Amino acid sequence: MSFLSNIWRNEKSREIIVQIFVLLCIGWFLSWLISNVDANFKALGKDISFEFLFIPAGYDINQYLIDYNNRDSHLRAGIVGLLNTGLVAVFGIILATVLGISLGIIRLSKNWLASKIAYWYIEFTRNVPILLHILLWHGIIINTLPHPRKALNLGDVTFLSNRGFYIPKPLTENGIELVYLFLVIAIIFSVLFFKYAKKKQDLTGVQYPVFWINFSVLISLPLIAFFISGMPISLEIPALKGFNFRGGMHMSPELAALTFALGIYTAAFIAEIVRAGILAVDKGQREAAESIGLKSSKVMKLVILPQARRVIIPPLTSQYLNLTKNSSLAIAIGYMDLVATLGGISLNQTGREMETMVIVMLIYLSVSLSISAFMNWYNNKVKLVGR
Amino acid sequence: MKTKILLAAATAGVMFAGSVLASTLDDVRARGKLNCIINTGLAGFAAPDDKGKWTGFDVDFCRAVAAATLGDADKVNYTTATGKTRFTKLAAGEGEILSRNTTWTFSRDVDLSQTFVGVSYYDGQGFMVPKALGVKSAKGLDGASVCIQTGTTTELNLAEFFAGNGMKYNPVPIETNAEAQELYKAGRCDVYTTDASGLYATMSSFDNPADHMVLPEIVSKEPLGPVVRHGDDQWADIVAWTLKAMMAGEELGITSANVKSLAGKDNKNKEINRLLGKDPLQGISKLGLSADWAVNIIGQVGNYEEVFEKNLGMSTPLKIARGMNQLYRDGGLFYIPPIK
Repeated sequence: MSFLSNIWRNEKSREIIVQIFVLLCIGWFLSWLISNVDANFKALGKDISFEFLFIPAGYDINQYLIDYNNRDSHLRAGIVGLLNTGLVAVFGIILATVLGISLGIIRLSKNWLASKIAYWYIEFTRNVPILLHILLWHGIIINTLPHPRKALNLGDVTFLSNRGFYIPKPLTENGIELVYLFLVIAIIFSVLFFKYAKKKQDLTGVQYPVFWINFSVLISLPLIAFFISGMPISLEIPALKGFNFRGGMHMSPELAALTFALGIYTAAFIAEIVRAGILAVDKGQREAAESIGLKSSKVMKLVILPQARRVIIPPLTSQYLNLTKNSSLAIAIGYMDLVATLGGISLNQTGREMETMVIVMLIYLSVSLSISAFMNWYNNKVKLVGR
Repeated sequence: MKTKILLAAATAGVMFAGSVLASTLDDVRARGKLNCIINTGLAGFAAPDDKGKWTGFDVDFCRAVAAATLGDADKVNYTTATGKTRFTKLAAGEGEILSRNTTWTFSRDVDLSQTFVGVSYYDGQGFMVPKALGVKSAKGLDGASVCIQTGTTTELNLAEFFAGNGMKYNPVPIETNAEAQELYKAGRCDVYTTDASGLYATMSSFDNPADHMVLPEIVSKEPLGPVVRHGDDQWADIVAWTLKAMMAGEELGITSANVKSLAGKDNKNKEINRLLGKDPLQGISKLGLSADWAVNIIGQVGNYEEVFEKNLGMSTPLKIARGMNQLYRDGGLFYIPPIK
């Protein structure tokens, strides 16, 4: 008895006992849940099976990045959906990042009007639920843009309609290899020149206009190759045939609405994160940079942002994760993402709720964890190195 | 042992509210109300009227089952479900019947462990277009944008129809009928496709129904009917024979107006006597129903013809002809087993 009470009095062993107890409770609860599901499935005469993944899906998907038709399997339909989720997430993240960083900086601008506009943008946007953003943008595109037969015509090559945006599609012809070759050469040159200029500046302090030189090389070399090899790129111009435009590249109203909504909504949060990051840099840093004669653009680029970045990146990661997860609201406007394909139509046609939902959850989990892992790696790279 | 029972009870309570405990009929009687899963809104089949009361063909079937089992057609709780959630809701015990224009297919019947008890409406998938589009046949729809209600057999029929005719199309999947209408009206799609009954229902709700038309092609078989959970044969029989009693009512000339007087006297046609409880109908107690079950159904809700004409027929905005949905003797598909 005294032995037991001694163990209990000992802080260290008490902690361990409590932790074991909590762990057992959690384990018991989980196994109870699982056995529950199992028992209920048995009672309903259902089994857990993933065979449905390999039978033909039977339905069509309006946007596919890999070949797909309705004879392909549910699994492939799910992958098509996953890629559509990925596409809108990438578009959304790019838009949100560019817009968010600009807004965050503008919000701190000394220009009263610019700062106020950014302020109101942020307050309006982030206080309205994301689903309303999505429906609003979809509504705007569907209801304000004209029918394809009366589509807005931009120079006979680009068309805007309520069925989506159509732009010319570049088609490569014989001789394109030379253009690719020159592009590779230009990239190698840019990298080498960048390193050379940095070394030179470290040694002598002489600065080259690296950005402008690399930029013009990257543009002009492929362009020269393009003309030498006899212009091997032609454009496929979209044209109205029957009910819709055909040819060219097409962005559906659903993809556009979702990109705008996710990008614009998340940008408001990113703007605040960027502002917080910049304000977190001690004002002495700015004053010191200014006192040695750096231009204000250089102060921002060389002194403030590198330090602010450390504060910005962890919350930025969680915004990227939010954006990716929010893209599952696509189902509200009929964008065929992972939830709409595997977690929607496939679920319905096969009736395998448990199986499809588990797969969809695992996929979202692994996508989120990979984004997280990448951002952690980047965060480690830029964080303050202790010396 | 005791904990095991407790666990089982808690299990059922948490996951599938009571679906595995007592018989379905006992559950309904104990609650005093029937839980019925219906459409989120489809004119003529299940739609709230101006007083917020659910009306329609599918709703009247719920009422008929309530009349048969509880003696009062008004004792129904309605739960709405989209095409996607309906089977999950039924399986989870949110209702005893799914009465929501649901197509009877092999895999739904067999693989999803549900029981389709009969066909209440023979339907088929059709296409609606604006007349201004100038299309006269579904074969002329190559390249069109097509709005579909997602989570339905419609998607598969559509894919098969277009592929079979070597045509391309651009599917626009929508979750509910109401949203699909909005997109169709805004011109996001050239065509709206669903069961023909749904198209007529949708069209009747437009400001100018005359500007739209349903194309002549019907591209699928869609036998619609009520669904119950697998495993309770007594309940499946109750629901099945409620439907048959309504049809038998039409066949035998029993209407909500004359059912009381017919039930009170000895009729020449003994089948009327048996249906209305005047003569004994062997086995009715095994169903757990009282002898006046059919009197309640027809008296409070009506026979099949009355329900059809009231909700869908020529006097309604939907103006749907009986077509296949009449008795075999009138050229339709309804052939009721004898009430013996």
